Amino acid sequence: MGSSEQFDAIVVGAGPGGVSAALTMARAGLSVVLFERAERPGQKNVMGGVMYGRMLADVAPETWQQAPVERVIADERVWLTTPDAAVTLGHKHVPHAGPSDPPNAFTVLRVPFDAWFASQAEAAGALIVPGTTVEDVIVEQGRVVGVRTGRQDGDLRASLVVIADGANSFLVQKAGLSRPLEPHEMALVVKEIVALPPATIEDRFNLEPGHGTTIEVYGSVTRGMAGYGFIYTNKESLSVGIGALISHFMKTRITPWDLLEGFKTHPLVAPLLRGGEVREYLAHAIPEGGVRAMPRLYGDGVLVVGDAAMMVNNLHREGSNLAMAAGRMAGETAIQAKRAGDWSARTLATYRELLEASFVLQDLRKYERLPGLVEHRPDLLETYPAMLSEAVHEMLTVDGVSKRDKQRKILRRLLARRPWWRMLKDAAEGWRAMR
Amino acid sequence: MKIEEKLYTLRWKHDKQTHIKITRADVCLERCDGEWHRPCTTFCPANVYAWDGEKIAVSYENCVECTTCVLGCPYRNIDWKPPRGGFGIEWQNG
Repeated sequence: MGSSEQFDAIVVGAGPGGVSAALTMARAGLSVVLFERAERPGQKNVMGGVMYGRMLADVAPETWQQAPVERVIADERVWLTTPDAAVTLGHKHVPHAGPSDPPNAFTVLRVPFDAWFASQAEAAGALIVPGTTVEDVIVEQGRVVGVRTGRQDGDLRASLVVIADGANSFLVQKAGLSRPLEPHEMALVVKEIVALPPATIEDRFNLEPGHGTTIEVYGSVTRGMAGYGFIYTNKESLSVGIGALISHFMKTRITPWDLLEGFKTHPLVAPLLRGGEVREYLAHAIPEGGVRAMPRLYGDGVLVVGDAAMMVNNLHREGSNLAMAAGRMAGETAIQAKRAGDWSARTLATYRELLEASFVLQDLRKYERLPGLVEHRPDLLETYPAMLSEAVHEMLTVDGVSKRDKQRKILRRLLARRPWWRMLKDAAEGWRAMR
Repeated sequence: MKIEEKLYTLRWKHDKQTHIKITRADVCLERCDGEWHRPCTTFCPANVYAWDGEKIAVSYENCVECTTCVLGCPYRNIDWKPPRGGFGIEWQNG
């Protein structure tokens, strides 16, 4: 094994996961080919926009400071909306970052970011082959031995194939590592890049230059579907988006663009966008199935990383960081396999052990029950924000009614909408899904 | 802002051949209308699918490659493959 193959590893997909794997392997001297179906890495890639510094610095310890960052997050907000109001909460801090201390969170635009990130893998010695769609994996005697690309004579063999082709991965299924996904295991998110001058952004969001805000918006804006909206600040634009489970889009027949337009006109959202020009409209799938919808993460000659492996922690809007950590661990596993001269599942099982010992699988396990709750009870995301918002509104309305009478009125209204035993049950379910 | 205007902000490198096929037209005609009301005509964010009275018309050149239709067609009746290398949507920002 090993000597007949041209390359140590083929990586499919130049996103955060694939590039992290390629970079880690190439830096250790392994021969790596990275296939990307876009003509330039990044051109096919979309996310909401928040990335995390720790996992980037772990993969690119010397060069992370050169990454094309939009804004360093100083202000994180959550809104629980009704059609014309919201309860808002948040956390603001002064981000501190030094030369050896990457910022915790920052916004990026994936087209420039991924192009830069891929160039790091290239500089480390990985061979990047863009404009090439990988159509299948080549399997011989139960072992993945290479890939079939759309090019003429496009078969390429390697000791290891790292599948990092993103959400709704076709290759994972072709490699026999997963069943087909269900529509409640994936969300569709649409967003727009809304251009505004930097000074306007800093004024509207009360920010220092270079600092940024994230707002996650729950409640009425998703019109009864399980999902949320978001507003993230970039240097000279806002990323404004909203998404919901595909299964809920199917049932409600709400079009994604109507959902987005409704979100943009919410009375709390509209003033933030005023005067902005829509530069781009984007859409992407986000894995929502969690650990229960994960494919097998390794097999003989194959590893799966990132969105292709369902590595998304939706509650905390984390994904690219999980992909980067997993990509690095896949790379480290490959380095061991190369040393041992054994690319079988027995050696590659190290990858799963590394993931189990890290936040990646530990966090995904923590929220194992959440996808099921969200799929079956989207009403929770609408009812409770509405009840909370109405209660606060009542208490803040000074109309001559005594506060005790207001409390009674609020309680009566709450119980009319949801009897106490159902509220207890909802609370128990919520706790079980998130503890 | 209408969907047509939203799509107008995008750039593609168009392929002459489609990467999307409806596997069985009779499923859309006979089963889907009554059971699901053809959800592909509403969930696709790029408005690729439209009912022309007899069949689903596929404007594959509008596709933004989100893969929603792969999971969202209740009959798995949409045969969607990634466009050939280098073709399809070219995001400007991501």
